[in-house]
Amino acid sequence: MTIKTWLELATQDAERRGLPALRPLLEALARSTAALRMADWNDDATGGTGPANRTGVMPVTHEQ
Amino acid sequence: MSSEPRRSADPLSRHLTIVDAAAAIRRGETTSLALTTACLEQIARRDSSINAFITVLGESARIEAESADRDLAAGHDRGPLHGIPISLKDLFDVRGTPTTAASLVRTGHVASRDATIVTRLRQAGAVIIGKANLHEFALGTTNEESAYGPVRHPLDEGRSPGGSSGGSAASVLAGMAYASIGTDTGGSIRIPAAACGLVGLKPAAGDVPSDGVVPLSTTLDQAGPLCRSVDDASIVFDVLRGAPVRTAFEPRSLNGLRVGVLRDYFSSVLDSQIARLFEDACAALAGHGAVIEEVRLPHAADIAPIYVHIVLAEGAAHHAATLDSRADRYTPNVRARLETGRYILAEDYVRAMQGREVLRREVDAALATRTCLLLPTLPIVAPKLGASMVRIGSVEEPVRNVMLRLTQLFNITGHPALTIPCGVTQDRLPAGLQIVGAAGATADLIDTARLVEAHLSPGMSG
Repeated sequence: MTIKTWLELATQDAERRGLPALRPLLEALARSTAALRMADWNDDATGGTGPANRTGVMPVTHEQ
Repeated sequence: MSSEPRRSADPLSRHLTIVDAAAAIRRGETTSLALTTACLEQIARRDSSINAFITVLGESARIEAESADRDLAAGHDRGPLHGIPISLKDLFDVRGTPTTAASLVRTGHVASRDATIVTRLRQAGAVIIGKANLHEFALGTTNEESAYGPVRHPLDEGRSPGGSSGGSAASVLAGMAYASIGTDTGGSIRIPAAACGLVGLKPAAGDVPSDGVVPLSTTLDQAGPLCRSVDDASIVFDVLRGAPVRTAFEPRSLNGLRVGVLRDYFSSVLDSQIARLFEDACAALAGHGAVIEEVRLPHAADIAPIYVHIVLAEGAAHHAATLDSRADRYTPNVRARLETGRYILAEDYVRAMQGREVLRREVDAALATRTCLLLPTLPIVAPKLGASMVRIGSVEEPVRNVMLRLTQLFNITGHPALTIPCGVTQDRLPAGLQIVGAAGATADLIDTARLVEAHLSPGMSG
């Protein structure tokens, strides 16, 4: 699942559940997940290393 | 112990260490009941404003203190913790009392038995004086989000004492207990200890049992002491891990000791006064012969994403049932962050656990030829209550992210880490020096910390 798709589904679900306040937290988590996926230590099924799900450069600020 | 106990003119001084208090009891200058009564009086005097405690166990503490005095008078000496008042972060089960986790979610809970570490403290003769306030379910760094109200810094009640073990730190700083037992998932012992000018120890992963302790992240959580000195932390750590309390130590020298100072990520976001106090401490150690080497970790930028995917996913798993059944009982921000964790995909949690191994190898490599690593504990001084952002130089940063920045790595990797005071800022707010030891070698780390503490100037070491 791409991060873009994940974020869409997560925010839709949060709003359905009456939790619109989660949107900024989910957006921050999405940035953090992007950074995690782009880390150079990730391997993939080709047998190589490097991120398999590049989604381009995203701001790297991490809500914790 | 490695240092002679100081003869204080006031055996009930709120600044006495456990070592000092234990010696004063054995010299007949005071009693456990007197120490306990003084702590309870201090609680009565200041806790309505500091709010360090959720539950004060006054009646049982007096009974335990009287029992300790009878035992000591009869020659049944259980060691340096015998008769010493200790507080516990309200995550630890104490038989017959609530373990609230600072949350209305746990309303009605009463512990049926002691946590293992509580049993060990009792066997060592400690007096349990009360359950300390915390950031709800340990998911925070300021202790502001608690069903029982925020904890206030004893030195400046407009500030947070740090968290999540904020009540623990405040209770020791304010003379309401001689030590406290906290938990540390991303820094929750070390952060408040640094903010309050105390010694705080996060032991190595697996050192201290976790049964009877409310978890946040089973991968990252560690219980440990907040104390007034490294010697005190050593005593309490030995009791918590179920080992004989060490009282004899090999003399060591700083001369030639190889020390790695973590740079780049670990020095790029720092209050200027904190930075100066840290550099002064490093210079003091170098002046006594320590060999200071600069160290960089290639994947330091991945620390925060790895941490957040582990802590929120594991926290959300523990809280899933109550988020469905009694969500309105959480404080709003803690609830929101736990709910966010429920959306983390399994593949990303697995990536975070893989990244954990990468970071562990890098810290191991940094320690392979060095005795310890050094870095500041907290990049800022104790933050003002209500502040969500903090200015560092020309940049504004979220308070929570900044407070976790220098501590969370060692929860990820499991290395033992300890903070000692290294001075105060112009506003008299404490700063902490963090010392990190080799994997599994908490006792060695404590020995190194004792050496460092002895070589910092009195103004630096609290």
